[in-house]
Amino acid sequence: MKQKLFSFVSLFTIVIAIWYLAALIMNGNQLINNLERKGQTWTYQQVISQAYEVKRPMLPAPHQVGQELIKSIIDKPVTSKRSLIFHAQITLNSTLLGFVFGSLLGILIAVGIVNNKTLESSLMPWVIASQTIPILAIAPMVVVVLGAINITGVIPKAIISMYLSFFPVTIAMVKGLRSSDKLHEELMHTYSASAKDIFWKLRWYSAQPYLFASLKVAIAAALVGAIVAELPTGAQGGLGARLLSGSYYGQTEQIWAALIVAATLGSILVWLVGLAEKVLLRRRGELTHA
Amino acid sequence: MLAVAEQTTLTEPSLTVKPKREMISVQDLSLVFPSKDGDVHALSNINLSIKSGDFVSFIGPSGCGKTTLLRVIADLERPTSGSLKVNGTDAEDARLNRLYGYVFQAPALLPWRNIKQNCALPMEISKQSDAHKNKQIDKYLQMVGLQDFHNKFPWQLSGGMQQRASIARALCLNPDLLLMDEPFGALDEITRDHMNIELLRIWSETQKTVVFVTHSIDEAVLLSTHIVVMSPRPGRILKVIESPLPRLKTLALRDRPEFHALASEIRSALAHEHAID
Repeated sequence: MKQKLFSFVSLFTIVIAIWYLAALIMNGNQLINNLERKGQTWTYQQVISQAYEVKRPMLPAPHQVGQELIKSIIDKPVTSKRSLIFHAQITLNSTLLGFVFGSLLGILIAVGIVNNKTLESSLMPWVIASQTIPILAIAPMVVVVLGAINITGVIPKAIISMYLSFFPVTIAMVKGLRSSDKLHEELMHTYSASAKDIFWKLRWYSAQPYLFASLKVAIAAALVGAIVAELPTGAQGGLGARLLSGSYYGQTEQIWAALIVAATLGSILVWLVGLAEKVLLRRRGELTHA
Repeated sequence: MLAVAEQTTLTEPSLTVKPKREMISVQDLSLVFPSKDGDVHALSNINLSIKSGDFVSFIGPSGCGKTTLLRVIADLERPTSGSLKVNGTDAEDARLNRLYGYVFQAPALLPWRNIKQNCALPMEISKQSDAHKNKQIDKYLQMVGLQDFHNKFPWQLSGGMQQRASIARALCLNPDLLLMDEPFGALDEITRDHMNIELLRIWSETQKTVVFVTHSIDEAVLLSTHIVVMSPRPGRILKVIESPLPRLKTLALRDRPEFHALASEIRSALAHEHAID
């Protein structure tokens, strides 16, 4: 535990140090250019002392992002449009909706592929092709097309989350549903078990470790999908909208604060899936310790 | 009434033996596994008849096809040629009718089910009532001495206990035919002795037909009414020995000259073949 904490703290410190150094170099250059353009002279001391104070810095220093986070999370009520919690919750809604439907779709496709050779050869190329299309190109089209038939709000964003999150689940479940022990399959054979029994009493359980591993990927992908869906569509709320408005107005602190909230949200979601896995496995007695 | 009948079978098994019929009949059966380095003749020209109520052991060195023959009877492998009847039907029908219970070399318990749920599995599949399920599970877990472990998961049990659970699972369906593939191979000798005696008791109580694969001569002598001696390359039957020993044997029998005589008959049948090799 102590060692774990130590390695985390040391890596964190290194990242912060690199960040400060990068901020100094990037903002310092910006500062020097500005001064030189005005024909003013400058010293290193002056640059170092001012690099972390620049308005609209190229790369805000960690403490500037921290101030922005405090300002937009703690100082603002959650109902305010300037609160990051408000925006995070909008993104979370479409993430979760897209994740649930994406996972279900992923499982369904995998079940189809595993049970039907024709489906495997006909569906699999589409499944893979779907992921080679840049999501940034698809997202606005989905939003516009659905908007034309009066579907707006959370649904189009959830569809894009679903589009990204079904894929890992399909790939893992195709593998997982085929991973059952040969001996167990023969055992079911001696019982002359139906295909339905073999699926629900054997394959489904054998696939669960694969399912949970892919759900962790899927929920992170769903979050990315929701944010990307908010970017090009002129959404009024959500972390994506916050990123976009930050870049419009050159508010780099705002962009970085939104990024940090998105990363934290993603970590929490993945952790929750891991927790669900542990609880389920422990109830089934498969987890010996921990 | 039923209880009385069971009591009778317990004390005097020889008096209540059912009339014998042919349980397994194998004629000119061969099985060839094709492979890149040439065909493997796993079974060659097998002829065998097993009567109901018999306890038949297949014995031989590894690669002699004893397990393969058992798997053919269970319809886990299809023969290349020849004919096979199980209880008068072909092997597939016998399997579809759930005529037999199969005990694998490994316990093959499902890790996500506890012992009771594992035993319930075959009965769930054959759609039996919960009351019947519970009755069977209680009865057979008691028989294999695991009644106090019904809510434990497989990993919480020793290898021997897991294998006993898998035998209880096979018995729960109450099949006429029990196919056992070296079920005690991984057990220590003390547990193995105990399990052998338990198996003999279960067999004499229930009057099932047992086909038992082993590579232990002592085990074959201790358990069987008939011993099928097999040889590898190609897998074939060398000799079928009918045991002169009583059906219900005890461990003490192992010190008797009749026991040694039978063991040495098996040993010489196996050795004869090795001289040819």
